Parts: sequence; C-alpha cells; structure tokens
Amino acid sequence: MAKLIALTPCAGLLPVSSGGVEVAEVVFDRLMSVSPFAGQERAVSAKLKEQVGAGLSKINRRSGLVTWFGHGTWIVAGDVALGGMAAVTDQSDAWAAVSISGARATDVLARLVPIDLGASGFKTNHVAKTMLGHMSVTITRVGPDAFEIIVMRSMARTLVHDLDVAMRGVAAR
Amino acid sequence: MRITCPNCGTRDRREFYYLGDALALDRPAEDAGLGAWDDYLHSRDNPAGETRDLWCHEAGCGAWLIVERNTVTHAVHKATLAEKVKR
Repeated sequence: MAKLIALTPCAGLLPVSSGGVEVAEVVFDRLMSVSPFAGQERAVSAKLKEQVGAGLSKINRRSGLVTWFGHGTWIVAGDVALGGMAAVTDQSDAWAAVSISGARATDVLARLVPIDLGASGFKTNHVAKTMLGHMSVTITRVGPDAFEIIVMRSMARTLVHDLDVAMRGVAAR
Repeated sequence: MRITCPNCGTRDRREFYYLGDALALDRPAEDAGLGAWDDYLHSRDNPAGETRDLWCHEAGCGAWLIVERNTVTHAVHKATLAEKVKR
C-alpha cells in the first residue's frame, strides 16, 4: 500500500522573517466548526467547557481553544461531541494558520488589513473577521506583539507572499 | 461608505455584498396567486432617497443585514441583523 506523507498547509513556505518580524506556521491537529442550533448556545457552551476547557467565547473574542468564527459559528481546536445541539464539521485540513510576531507586526498588518489592529482597541484574545489584501481572514491577537491569522488552506501561498512583501516594505523604511 | 455591522462594528463597504431591496424577506404565501408572486419576484422601486436593502457581511462575519440608507445624501442610518426582523 502506498504510504502517504501529510504536508501542512504552509510546508516549504515558512518561516520567513524581515526587520524583526517573523511569520511562522501554526499547526492545529484538530479544528471543528461549531454552529449551535437555535436556543442551544447555553447547552453547547456547557458541553464545550467539559470537553475542551472553555465555553463559547463572546463575539469577536477567543477563549482558550474556542474562537468566534463568524455569525453563529465558532471554531474549536480540539475534539468535540455535540450530537443534537449543534452543527459540527471537521475542518482540520481546511484552514492554514500562521503567527506573525515582532515589534512591528502591527505596522506590517496595517499595510494589508483595512481595520485598526492597534493595541488600544484590539487586545489579546480579540478576534476580527476581516480582509487581508483580497482574502477573507480571521485575525486574533495572541500577545502584545503577536497575531494569529487563519485563511482558507488554498490561499496559504498568497497569504505568505503578501505578508512577506509587506514585511520587507516595513523593514526598508 | 461604511456600514456598522451589529457583530463586527464599523467596516468598509468592500467587506459587504449587496443583494437588493429587503422586500425579498416578505415572501408571499404559497397559494397567494400568480400576481402576488410575479410582483414579489420582479417588481422593485428605484427610489432616490431612503432605501432598506439586504447586504451580507461577506468578507467578515457572514451575517445578513438590513441596511437603511439614503441614496441622495449617502448617509447610512443603521444596520440590523436580518434574522432579528424575520423568522
């Protein structure tokens, strides 16, 4: 039987760095999208707390392994079993995730993202569904100078390219 | 032009997809007759002034919104979740 070698979405593309900003891949072994059925949010939240240690986060927020992922949807970085309470889809191989960190990471993202990601309004564990260039992305602040960006897996190469160009632009100034 | 999404806050128009008049939510009964269905499917006003339209926050949270705005002054008055208006 053929032996298949699993490749991560950004295999061979990352890490890259310029001007003190580094982009590295974030690998999630499991990503489950969770959309609670009408009136089930409270029950889903309680179950998630048992199963992954955090309930449904508020909108535009992350809480532990649970990240708000759009209207009525969360993405959970762990195994969940929510039969009858929520629509659950295994999306482990559907998304590419990268981290961008460094003192000027916000300046790099400011070249690509139309919203203000400055520390005064966008704090740790704040989540934004917005655009990076022409791509829909989910951006989470994971630290004082660090963000995590999730895009559709098919756009991994474009994401890395756009970030690389912006990083070199910021580094050259 | 900016639209204030009830989930995400104020965002650029580029993040939104425009569908059309929010009249589309007022679906006639199945047995309402050809006249009512023809009107529902095809007849739309083309006002200069106040409009109430359906938009999707496509490049953001994905929610469908009803956006009230004025096509003469370009003012955007408010945006509400379509699901809250119509069951």
